[in-house]
Amino acid sequence: MTMTHADESTSEAYVRDRMVEDAAPPSSSVGAIGWMRANLFSSIPNTILTLLGIYIVYLVVPPLIEFTLVNAVWEGEDRTACAQAHGACWPYVEAYFWTFIYGRYPDPERWRVNLTFFLFAIGLVPLLVPQMPFKREGLIYMLAFFPVAALILLTGGDFTYAGFFLPMPEGELRFWIEFLLVAAAVTGGIYLLTREAGGNAKGTALSILAGFGVLAALFFVASIDFGLVEVETPLWGGLLVTLVIAVTGIAASLPIGIALALGRRSNLPIVRLISVIFIEFWRGVPLITVLFMSSVMLPLFLPEGITFDKLLRALIGVALFASAYMAEVVRGGLQAIGKGQYEGAMALGLRYWQMMSKIILPQALTLVIPGIVNTFIGLFKDTTLVLIIGLFDLLGIIQSSYTDPNWASPTQSHTGYLVAALIFWVFCFSMSRYSIYMERRLDTGHKR
Amino acid sequence: MSESTGAAAAVSEPPRLKISDEIAIEMVGVNKWYGDFHVLKDIDLTVKRGERIVICGPSGSGKSTMIRCINRLEEHQRGNIVVDGIELTDDLKRIDEIRREVGMVFQHFNLFPHLTILENCTLAPIWVRKMPKKEAEDIAMHYLERVKIPEQALKYPGQLSGGQQQRVAIARSLCMNPRIMLFDEPTSALDPEMIKEVLDVMVGLAEEGMTMLCVTHEMGFARQVANRVIFMDYGQIIEQNEPELFFDNPQHDRTKLFLSQILH
Ligand SMILES: Nc1ncnc2c1ncn2[C@@H]1O[C@H](COP(=O)(O)OP(=O)(O)OP(=O)(O)O)[C@@H](O)[C@H]1O
Ligand SMILES: [Mg+2]
Repeated sequence: MTMTHADESTSEAYVRDRMVEDAAPPSSSVGAIGWMRANLFSSIPNTILTLLGIYIVYLVVPPLIEFTLVNAVWEGEDRTACAQAHGACWPYVEAYFWTFIYGRYPDPERWRVNLTFFLFAIGLVPLLVPQMPFKREGLIYMLAFFPVAALILLTGGDFTYAGFFLPMPEGELRFWIEFLLVAAAVTGGIYLLTREAGGNAKGTALSILAGFGVLAALFFVASIDFGLVEVETPLWGGLLVTLVIAVTGIAASLPIGIALALGRRSNLPIVRLISVIFIEFWRGVPLITVLFMSSVMLPLFLPEGITFDKLLRALIGVALFASAYMAEVVRGGLQAIGKGQYEGAMALGLRYWQMMSKIILPQALTLVIPGIVNTFIGLFKDTTLVLIIGLFDLLGIIQSSYTDPNWASPTQSHTGYLVAALIFWVFCFSMSRYSIYMERRLDTGHKR
Repeated sequence: MSESTGAAAAVSEPPRLKISDEIAIEMVGVNKWYGDFHVLKDIDLTVKRGERIVICGPSGSGKSTMIRCINRLEEHQRGNIVVDGIELTDDLKRIDEIRREVGMVFQHFNLFPHLTILENCTLAPIWVRKMPKKEAEDIAMHYLERVKIPEQALKYPGQLSGGQQQRVAIARSLCMNPRIMLFDEPTSALDPEMIKEVLDVMVGLAEEGMTMLCVTHEMGFARQVANRVIFMDYGQIIEQNEPELFFDNPQHDRTKLFLSQILH
């Protein structure tokens, strides 16, 4: 700056006498052409990428349309219709469609599956749409009523229990005595453990006891005879099995994962050790191994004559497997929460669980929504692996339909895989979009 | 991490030592180490009810550590701390009880970014004091009016300026109706023009007779409200005195040096 400058600026003294009114913000895009110029052709590399993109679309889309629409066969009763086809064989999909959904679930009982789907949908919608009221009721419905209803509707209920290990005649009595013994042993063990570690032993023991109470109620309700025909799980199949495994896995993995993540960061060495061992064990083995072990190895360890439902074993395996992954995702979120949040909460006198549930977890989980949904999507697709232990999920049932000589044709398998891909994609893409929506909604603009 | 439930707290009240109702905080021979590092050395400090104490000292001298020991954000390893008649031990019930009575304001506010201002203020009254929501909200609005930002109640912390956030943090603490307030450099993360609005709130609190321990280098504030100024260095209390004597006639060489540095 020179002297002259300074002099000039003083000679141009200025005092505002009228305030400028607020104006509307400028619109950011000026028509389609403006948008294209800004987004597709703003620079030479961008233009090249745009052209490349157009070329790829050109390579992929026309053949796809040709296969699914132009060359497709639309009408027919059996394989003869599609024998010469160069496109999708839609009559085959039409003939098999309900099998894809229900598997070999007996025809007259399929209303039970439909009712289950319906009960699930009416429970899910209020939970997913933030503006809907009755969140708490919805949650209770989904966590307490729906699982029991689904279990009874799908299997038929009327379970009989024989008991496992006590040296007395098989029967309900033996089962319930064993149940009480196990409940007492587990509760007592955990009581002693928490007391040893200086935690709140009484509260923990009470909540474990409450858990056993819920379990007992579940067992009891499941043993009531509602007059439904029993449908054994080997008859289940298709989308039904995919959804049963995925929904159970998702519903179980989030709470178990959170508990494991908190456990891994706990100050109590035993809790930390158990969490670490659990997580590292399940992350360390491939899901296929878990499924194999559950179907081949587990029966070897169980006493003679005791069979565990194959689907149930797969469910437990998948749920625990997903929980380990979920735990690490959640732990990532917990690590991102600064010490200040803990201190702020503690200084206000919040207890550990209050602090975690009101302050830390809401923030940590919001941060890792993409990771959580990623795990959900992975889990959803991993359900296809149950094929190897002889369960027929959506993909399995589609594949098994290829052996039907009635519909053998050159494009049968292409069509089948296309349908499988489409259904999986719809589910996974919905989850992905929903997660993006939730992320935006939960963003309170606090990112610094 | 440690935990305990509300049911248990009511059963056995921690014994209140009958020292004197006059004394809010008593620290005797408090020592603390971080590993090998001796942060607090033989701290003796008695704070009377209604007393307002300003703590100053160079960075790293242990000021934060000392006041954080009072509500057990840090654990001391030797010596005794009695807050509001309750001796601090490993007993979680006592820690909970003390934290309910002692409010704390942090340098970086530590507001909960996922909750609105109002929710920030009502959370602890509702969950810790088991207050009905409506009542908690009325109290929260009362204190938000006191710190002069009732109109921000439904915003999120991220939408407020630093000074506003710090005033919310003070209101949040006050909603628990604490008997003692701790401030750890409440204005040092703020721009100059926001410092005054926060200090004004603190002066108001002081005038109402709140027991306050305040780590700050705002010497004007110290002169105006403090009964006593404490100078710390190397984890020890080097000098303490009434503000006039402390500032105008410091005794210890280190105090003189420190004052000459911060007062230019
Ligand atoms: N968690 C910790 N682990 C190890 N050392 C620590 C820890 N917290 C603080 N210290 C050390 O203890 C000393 C005292 O820290 P303290 O935060 O009490 O200082 P302070 O007087 O508040 O300083 P400032 O004015 O910078 O806030 C410092 O030397 C610091 O490095
Ligand atoms: Mg400090």
